[in-house]
Amino acid sequence: MIELFYAAPALLILALGVYATFARDAFAACAGYLAYGLLLTVAWVQLGGVDVALTEAAIGGGLTGVLLVRACAKLPAKDSGLRADGAGAPIRWLAALAAIGVSTALAYAVLALPVPAATLAPEALANLAATGVGNPITAVLLAYRAMDTMLEAIVLLLALIGIWSLAPDRAWGGRPGPGYEADPHGILAFIARVLPPIGLVVGIYIFWVGADQPGGKFQGATIVAAMWLLTMMAGLTDAPPVSRRLLRLLLVSGPLVFVAIGAYGAFAAGAFLGYPEGLAKPLIIVIEIALMPSLALTLALMLAGAPQRSAAT
Amino acid sequence: MTALLDVFTYVAVGTGAFFFLAGTVGLLRFPDALTRLHALTKADNLGLGLVVFGLLPQVDGFANGLKLVVIWLLVMLSSADAGQLIARAERRARRRDD
Amino acid sequence: MTGPTLFALVAAALVGTGLYGFIVSPSPLRKILAFNVIGSGVFLMFGVIARRGAIAGIGGDPVPQALLITGIVVAFSATALAITVLLRLAEEAPTTTLEPAPPRGAPDATRTTS
Repeated sequence: MIELFYAAPALLILALGVYATFARDAFAACAGYLAYGLLLTVAWVQLGGVDVALTEAAIGGGLTGVLLVRACAKLPAKDSGLRADGAGAPIRWLAALAAIGVSTALAYAVLALPVPAATLAPEALANLAATGVGNPITAVLLAYRAMDTMLEAIVLLLALIGIWSLAPDRAWGGRPGPGYEADPHGILAFIARVLPPIGLVVGIYIFWVGADQPGGKFQGATIVAAMWLLTMMAGLTDAPPVSRRLLRLLLVSGPLVFVAIGAYGAFAAGAFLGYPEGLAKPLIIVIEIALMPSLALTLALMLAGAPQRSAAT
Repeated sequence: MTALLDVFTYVAVGTGAFFFLAGTVGLLRFPDALTRLHALTKADNLGLGLVVFGLLPQVDGFANGLKLVVIWLLVMLSSADAGQLIARAERRARRRDD
Repeated sequence: MTGPTLFALVAAALVGTGLYGFIVSPSPLRKILAFNVIGSGVFLMFGVIARRGAIAGIGGDPVPQALLITGIVVAFSATALAITVLLRLAEEAPTTTLEPAPPRGAPDATRTTS
């Protein structure tokens, strides 16, 4: 009975993954991928990773789904379908061989994993008290492997710069996205007025509670970013021009504070991003509070896309 | 007492799952987008309400139960909005085709 | 075979499926989609490895799970950049497939399947 509990989502995930790859219509494939991301959330909860489930639902399912659906809507349909004669038969055979080979190798590796599983959980739990947070994953993200989180925040910023650099010359430094205009008394404007306050509270709550329970700043920042995107799409606010100095300052403030605390740790604790004794929890809170607005802005602007209107409008 | 609550949870969540199934059958079998939308919004929201109702005896603490109910209300709000938007887009598309 | 191992085998199959779709699809959008399927298969496998590291006080090894959160966010940012490049290409070029364009003067061999 318990095997059915695992088998049902697993087989559904496989079926949806195959559908998302091979569906004829591009929009159907994107919708399939959205459902696939949401089912993966269920899989994560079953595997005991609630933080990862939250991230997958927010970013993997939600934001990536929005990106893909918007791309499907803007690209001509005949270009994105899966045509039968897209690749010749030799390439198909080679691709099938490569795919089967990789799958078999991975399956063999999975079945050959050492049986008393190698794990870092005892060490992670043993040193949890020194970090001051109660959630081991937050401790890993912001204390044991804080370097990874810092580099991740910088990678997000670099991706945003890459997206901005794709603006055409006439719109360089301008506002991303078309100017959305919805009926100010319509349904979209209604939900864009009702939902953002609730979403803001939920997002900040998830960010704050991530210190001791599943949650964290990435999940919270995604919700806040989604609320801003909602108001943009309803025409209630407009995307700011990307050359605005305040916007750029807010975007880099998070990673800068992170790097500054790392440098401080190099002096005070002997290692970059080391935390001095007893200062771990306050420093972690400062990093999170500085990073959260930057993350929300970065994620929302990544979804808003490359600038399309010149800054003068 | 806990056995009675467990039975209540099973029955309520099972009925909710049945309503979800009914909504999915409607999604697959109804002829056009508007009727499918009707099946989805009505049946799925009722199903979710029953699931939440069935899970309420299992939570510890009033705050967590309140969070579950708020989740149900938020889903109803957003699905009502999304349903309206999809229906309007469908009507506009039909008017363009006629 | 325990439950999490089933997830890992499904993940291996997903990586293979995504790889085949990635090599074979002519459209960059489908390639990006297949690439995401590969990525999520890899994440799922890593998640099973995290699950196997569970001990008494905790449901899964926290270090791989934290790496997974980082991975999901970075994969999203790569996808966002790739799709923006694709949309920009759609504005500039007549077609966005990766097939060679028909020679100038030849009748445009547009296919009718979508």
